[in-house]
Amino acid sequence: MIAIIDYGMGNLHSVRKAFERMGAETIISNHPNELKKVEKIVLPGVGSFGDAVQALRKYGLEEVIYQHIQEKKPFLGICLGMHILLEASQESEAVAGLGIIPGVVKKFEASSHLKVPHIGWNQINFRRLNCPLFKGVDDASSVYFCHSYFAQPKDNMVIAATTDYGIEFCSILWKDNIFATQFHPEKSQQVGLKIIENFVTL
Amino acid sequence: MLTKRIIPCLDIKDGRVVKGVKFEGLRDAGNPVEVAKVYDQQQADELVFLDITASYQKRKTLVSLVEKIAQNIFMPFTVGGGITGLQDIRDLLNAGADKVSINTQAVKYPQLISEAAGKFGSQCIVVAIDAKRITTKSKCLKWQVFIHGGRTPTELEAVEWAKEVARLGAGEILLTSIDADGTKNGYDLELTSAVTGAVSIPVIASGGAGKKEHFYDVLTKAAADAALAASLFHYQTLTIPEIKKYLREKGVLVR
Repeated sequence: MIAIIDYGMGNLHSVRKAFERMGAETIISNHPNELKKVEKIVLPGVGSFGDAVQALRKYGLEEVIYQHIQEKKPFLGICLGMHILLEASQESEAVAGLGIIPGVVKKFEASSHLKVPHIGWNQINFRRLNCPLFKGVDDASSVYFCHSYFAQPKDNMVIAATTDYGIEFCSILWKDNIFATQFHPEKSQQVGLKIIENFVTL
Repeated sequence: MLTKRIIPCLDIKDGRVVKGVKFEGLRDAGNPVEVAKVYDQQQADELVFLDITASYQKRKTLVSLVEKIAQNIFMPFTVGGGITGLQDIRDLLNAGADKVSINTQAVKYPQLISEAAGKFGSQCIVVAIDAKRITTKSKCLKWQVFIHGGRTPTELEAVEWAKEVARLGAGEILLTSIDADGTKNGYDLELTSAVTGAVSIPVIASGGAGKKEHFYDVLTKAAADAALAASLFHYQTLTIPEIKKYLREKGVLVR
């Protein structure tokens, strides 16, 4: 069973639909007791960093996520769900992140060459070829991004793939059982569905 | 590197596609869900739905339609038409839209842009601008903003308005040239250039696509981030894969 955490940050149906298409049994939940029982957790999220972290804390889900990760169960963060794993974000400086991955979340600097938000299809360049999410996915595949902020982990070894948008930023994060994508796999057609399938079959 | 996007647009009325759609093999060419699936298969980069239904009761149809579409496609989609406030936006996003496009209400009540961006994030707030060229004696080009589906003129100048919506927190601009729309003579490159040069948020160019070269021109010469077309795709005058192949050969980065 895969749980998609519902903490009031955006629509979860398209995420759920994509997982079900790839054969997963899913629940959408924000109940700690329910979430403690599942094998895998997906943390999506659209909105602002501060609101998201506060919503997680309000529902008592921070502990659930720590525990899930500590038990070495697979976890996937998507977009804002990736940012939350870090220590802090320029988006909401007063609110601390979960700090599971050392590092910070920064904003792209707009210029005449660089539009912010970064919206559209861009390539993922594999750094760590053995990442389980890459099975059957070609290096430099295009996926859909929609964000103004990006994660900057302290440890380069957790960066499984990067994407070039003015700078090379971390587009897939992987540390043991923790996975996170800056892009939206559920909106990335075949490539995205393949990545989801790889997570489902972990 | 970020690729340029090719975006088909569907006009929806009372839950049905209203501009003609002539896909072969579709059981029901007016059913937006079926049409959306075809564009998903063709690897469109995104879809835009513009609802031209007015009444409240019928807008509920739109929300349930958005739900059905979201269940059937795995690509981003934007829904616009008749959005008046935060609740409309929330309803559409909860139904599965990735972005909403605001036009008339953004002009009438510009604070809606900043409120919506603050609430849902800039990345899902698109402001649509319908602009028409003004003939002036000076050499300086200007475009007037129209609302209510192009029926009502406003006092706003399009480039200035584009800067203002970007400042207020819009994440993207959907820029339609009223002069070019439906002509198939190409996008308004001057209008598009003027706007892309004035703002640092992505701009989707719309209106006037008739052949492959038009996409090349607006994406390169006018620096649009995405090009939108409706009837060209509906009638399969050109398909999305054909356009992308052409652009790729010309050195434009597409998916």
